[in-house]
Amino acid sequence: MSSRAAADSAAASAVVVRDLVKRFGSVTAVDGVSFSVAESSVTALLGPNGAGKTTLIRVLTGYLLPDSGSVRVAGVDVLADPLEARRRIGYLPENNPLPLELPVDDFLRFAAGARGLRGAAARDAVHRVVERVGLAEVWRKPIGACSKGYRQRVGLAQALLGEPELLFLDEPTNGLDPLQVVEMRKLVRELGSEHTVLLTSHVLPEVAALAERALLVHRGRLVADQDLVAAEDAEATLEGLFLDLMREEVAAS
Amino acid sequence: MTRPSRAVVVARREVLTAFETPVGWMVLAALPAASAAFFFVLGPFFAIGQADLRGFFSNLPWLLSLVGPALTMRSWAEERRSGADELLTTWPLTTSELVVGKFLGAAVVLALALAATGGIVATVALLGDLDAGAVVGGYLGAFLLGTCALAVGEFFSALTRSQVVAWIAAVAVLVALQLVGIAAGAEALPEAVRAVLLHLSLQTHYQPMTHGVVDLGGVLWLLALTGGFLAATGLVLEARREG
Repeated sequence: MSSRAAADSAAASAVVVRDLVKRFGSVTAVDGVSFSVAESSVTALLGPNGAGKTTLIRVLTGYLLPDSGSVRVAGVDVLADPLEARRRIGYLPENNPLPLELPVDDFLRFAAGARGLRGAAARDAVHRVVERVGLAEVWRKPIGACSKGYRQRVGLAQALLGEPELLFLDEPTNGLDPLQVVEMRKLVRELGSEHTVLLTSHVLPEVAALAERALLVHRGRLVADQDLVAAEDAEATLEGLFLDLMREEVAAS
Repeated sequence: MTRPSRAVVVARREVLTAFETPVGWMVLAALPAASAAFFFVLGPFFAIGQADLRGFFSNLPWLLSLVGPALTMRSWAEERRSGADELLTTWPLTTSELVVGKFLGAAVVLALALAATGGIVATVALLGDLDAGAVVGGYLGAFLLGTCALAVGEFFSALTRSQVVAWIAAVAVLVALQLVGIAAGAEALPEAVRAVLLHLSLQTHYQPMTHGVVDLGGVLWLLALTGGFLAATGLVLEARREG
């Protein structure tokens, strides 16, 4: 690919990651990862627990700095202009750390303020995301008094404030009951038509149901890149990939 | 870069949180109550029989060294323990907006707590003539010293996940910053060392203000100390992103 063509493809990509390395002491959590993600798509980072998915997402959001490599989101270099990058990212961290003592609306009002929204604009924005994710019922309740399913929606609501182009969702259905999982998946699928969604999961059927593309992460490396739209049976395809991986593990040991 | 409006958003949330958790109310009650107890009951106020607030103002630095860190010990330790810092620091806010915002929020609660000690001043004013300059100077000094205590508390809060550890470390530093002034009285020490110790002491810069003497150098020293600890807090938070 010529450099011109490379630049063009980078412009059409919502996320471009190049040669990313992140070490914690002697442990290499992310080991030379490169990929790009197309606009308005749902892409999943799939891998066993401890594969490096969360670290990868944390570097992409700017929460952690990489040891080397580069990250561009919506055309903005996360390292060079972190503030502008964060403006374009909505992030639902793993375990969804919310202030439990705060009522849902107070928290969302705060999140709107942090994104520079004031007065009527903030109220409208909060109202929109509350409608969008279905929080009207628990609107005045302290977050701590809400069910896990509602809390996850609060986490999603704050990520949607300020209409970021990108949504990074780390294990969005983790810890939810089956009904809540179904509802959350429906929401994520809908959001995928308006935003570029990058989510992480270790659940094969979930990735098969939600994502158009799966990036298989193992030991900090990207070991497979699977188009799920073209695949006849997405889940079976992913299962095949996973089993191959396990077989290699066993063979290697 | 610090956009004042964003820092205010953070400050506002801090003030609200202080009064949603009991911390704000406790400080608002404890500072006047402890001040009054030490001044009227345990101090020689009635024995001296003079309408003099010096006893009140000389107790304040010690009380503020306990109360100030209590207001900021939560700011980063608790966010980190609960994981909430991952949200805050990935919102479009700069580190300085977060650090300054949390500090300003605590400073508002501190100002309210100092205002709540006004009853003591009013009581003494009823008993005799007060030196207005000393009252204004004393409160200015107490506020500056208190904000310094907040900054030290925020710094240690950024260093640990434990609020208790943050509080103890901050109180220790603040007490040390006052005891160095007493150490400066030791004649065995070289003159130059004594001068440095005396200058380091918070008391050196605070005490003249309680007599109504506001010295620009003293004000600047307290402001510089506060600014220095806030800047150090920012550096700690930035360094944390290295993982």
